[in-house]
Amino acid sequence: MMGNPTAVDFAPLAVLLPILGAALAFVLRRHPRAQRIVTIGALCLTLVLESWMLVSAWQHGAQAVMIGGWAPPFGISLVVDEFSALMLVVSTAVSLTVLIYATGQGMADGDEDGPISVFHPAYLILVAGVSNAFLAGDLFNLYVGFEILLTASYVLLTLGGTTARIRAGVTYVVVSVVSSVLFLVAIGMIYAATGTVNMADLAGKLADVDPGTQMVLHVMLLVAFGVKAAVFPLSFWLPDSYPTAPAPVTAVFAGLLTKVGVYAMIRTETLLFPGDRLHTALMVVALLTMVVGILGALAQADFKRMLSFTLTSHIGYMVFGLATGSLAALAATIYYVAHHIIVQTSLFLVAGLMERRGGTTNVDRLGSLAKLSPVLAVLFFVPAMNLGGIPPFSGFLGKLGLLRGGVDLGTPLAWVLLAGALATSLLTLLAVARVWNRAFWRRAEDAEDPDPLLLIAADGGGTATTYQHVHDVPASRYSGRGDTALLPRTMVYSTGALVLLGVALTVFAGPLFDLADQAAQQMVQRTPYIEAVLGAGGGA
Amino acid sequence: MSVNVTLLVVMGVLFATGIYLLLERSLTRVLLGIILVGNGVNLLILAAGGPEGLAPIYSAGTPPGEYADPLPQALILTAIVITFAVTAFLLAMIYRSWVIARRDELTDDLEDRRVAEQDTFDFEEDSEVAVETSEFPEDADDDGALAREGVSRQQAAAREAGERLANDFRQASSEESAGTSNDQRNRKAR
Repeated sequence: MMGNPTAVDFAPLAVLLPILGAALAFVLRRHPRAQRIVTIGALCLTLVLESWMLVSAWQHGAQAVMIGGWAPPFGISLVVDEFSALMLVVSTAVSLTVLIYATGQGMADGDEDGPISVFHPAYLILVAGVSNAFLAGDLFNLYVGFEILLTASYVLLTLGGTTARIRAGVTYVVVSVVSSVLFLVAIGMIYAATGTVNMADLAGKLADVDPGTQMVLHVMLLVAFGVKAAVFPLSFWLPDSYPTAPAPVTAVFAGLLTKVGVYAMIRTETLLFPGDRLHTALMVVALLTMVVGILGALAQADFKRMLSFTLTSHIGYMVFGLATGSLAALAATIYYVAHHIIVQTSLFLVAGLMERRGGTTNVDRLGSLAKLSPVLAVLFFVPAMNLGGIPPFSGFLGKLGLLRGGVDLGTPLAWVLLAGALATSLLTLLAVARVWNRAFWRRAEDAEDPDPLLLIAADGGGTATTYQHVHDVPASRYSGRGDTALLPRTMVYSTGALVLLGVALTVFAGPLFDLADQAAQQMVQRTPYIEAVLGAGGGA
Repeated sequence: MSVNVTLLVVMGVLFATGIYLLLERSLTRVLLGIILVGNGVNLLILAAGGPEGLAPIYSAGTPPGEYADPLPQALILTAIVITFAVTAFLLAMIYRSWVIARRDELTDDLEDRRVAEQDTFDFEEDSEVAVETSEFPEDADDDGALAREGVSRQQAAAREAGERLANDFRQASSEESAGTSNDQRNRKAR
């Protein structure tokens, strides 16, 4: 911390800025306009700071900052390496777009009073928790990060307290609390076994622990993170709880929360428990996650629920890459995580737009959307193809990298997994193609019980832009809404920005893969991370 | 390192009762379970901190080994605060659930019920409780009669659900035979 301050010295601000913003936004809850400015401003500042950190990490590798100047491994350390910096930038960029989308929705609908005023502060706290989890250099701080983001997510998931949301909320909260308890038990046991919770310190000390004990600790951590990442036998809670929340909330949950779990899995797998002790088990789990998830997606009629199932299914790809264990596969996993955050979030935002335009997200009841709103069709089509892994999109590049990792491994199980991954990819394509065929391509008249909103607009010559047409139609979900805009510009633009970001992943795939490669190398070597925290020659 | 048996036994009891309560359907009991398990974890971390010792406040001349390990205590404090916040939130949510449904229980998932009402669901084969095919459904609904038969309340509820499905099915199939299309049935279910 001598001499010129570097970007990493400001790492705590990535957590502090959103928290301070949340405090300010909470004070300003009677002034919606000021609240919006504060929230968006805080996230913009955080994003700028994190981009700077990413550049710095890219140039200088892993760096750490000790909170309060305590000597490691006793104090709290925040570590910025390529992987965590990349995750920070992607997650904050996505949160910012979703926030603008949510603001657009709020402004259009005029629901500025009531409990919604808690949305902005809770949202910022969520971002702070995510940042803290990505930066955490010790297990307990990781736990605190998880708890911050989970507590904020409880509030966001149950916004408004309707029957469906409370029901979903109970499942979600209880499952999350149980997984957190498991994580905490694991931390307690790790402390008993090694006398430290600092990850860099643990990397050296865990190797001396009895292999049986190591196994217990390893499995406990994996299960705790597996619940959060929604890995197959532990993913039952996700499709039940996510779709009930408002569209922007579901979008940001889908993008970030499970990925924090995946991040924690990757971090512990590479740093704390290197070697391939549990790789076979992880591979089986990855296969089941992919296949069961996508079969669930195919059974759904509701677009949001279908997306939730594809979300759990594609977590399987990340676990697959992690279990393969090679450098190339790890790099592809990192790229895939970044890709998936962006694409999955954009699809959930599109689902929100579809709901506004068509009155429902049940694809059986939708139709004509491509004709009624070509922009929406494009916004759906690009990320949907991306998710399905059609070349040249980033989904294809990421999957290609993962599959190559599997081919390099060449064991029979790896081949089974390859087949499963390919089948999942095709089935994903089938699932999104079905949505396209029904909601966008066919005529609304052919849909089952379509909302009058779709029909009135189709009959009236031009296309409707507000809810005025269905104002007096009691059968419509949106009757009595006056001339509220159907697709507010802010919402469409922010969704478009995220879709473009997804395309940018493809365009800049070269440098991104370089970055991912470098990140994977540093993680496999482990020493850069350990030395960044403990100083040269410390630890292992 | 000596082991404090009392601590371990208390911890075990907390975990056991907590997990038992977590598995209940009643939300208040689930909350109590979470509180107990949370405290069990706190004891576990305390036990992980090693033997007891002096308060970890520096005084010159005391050898470092005499102090208690302060880190687990800091961790426990943090964990207590977090459990506190989550408990408060859960209480609010349970209260809200009570206000809405007047039931201290997790309600059924609508989507699950919808899937159950799809054609592939054969209510006779798939239902866990044998479906009462009596022409007089009032008999099956009579709680007093069931109580006399010694059937528990949950079973009665399950039975009632099965009965409801059976009724729906009967109604639907009669509609179908009257020429009603599949679509309308689905819409009705919605």
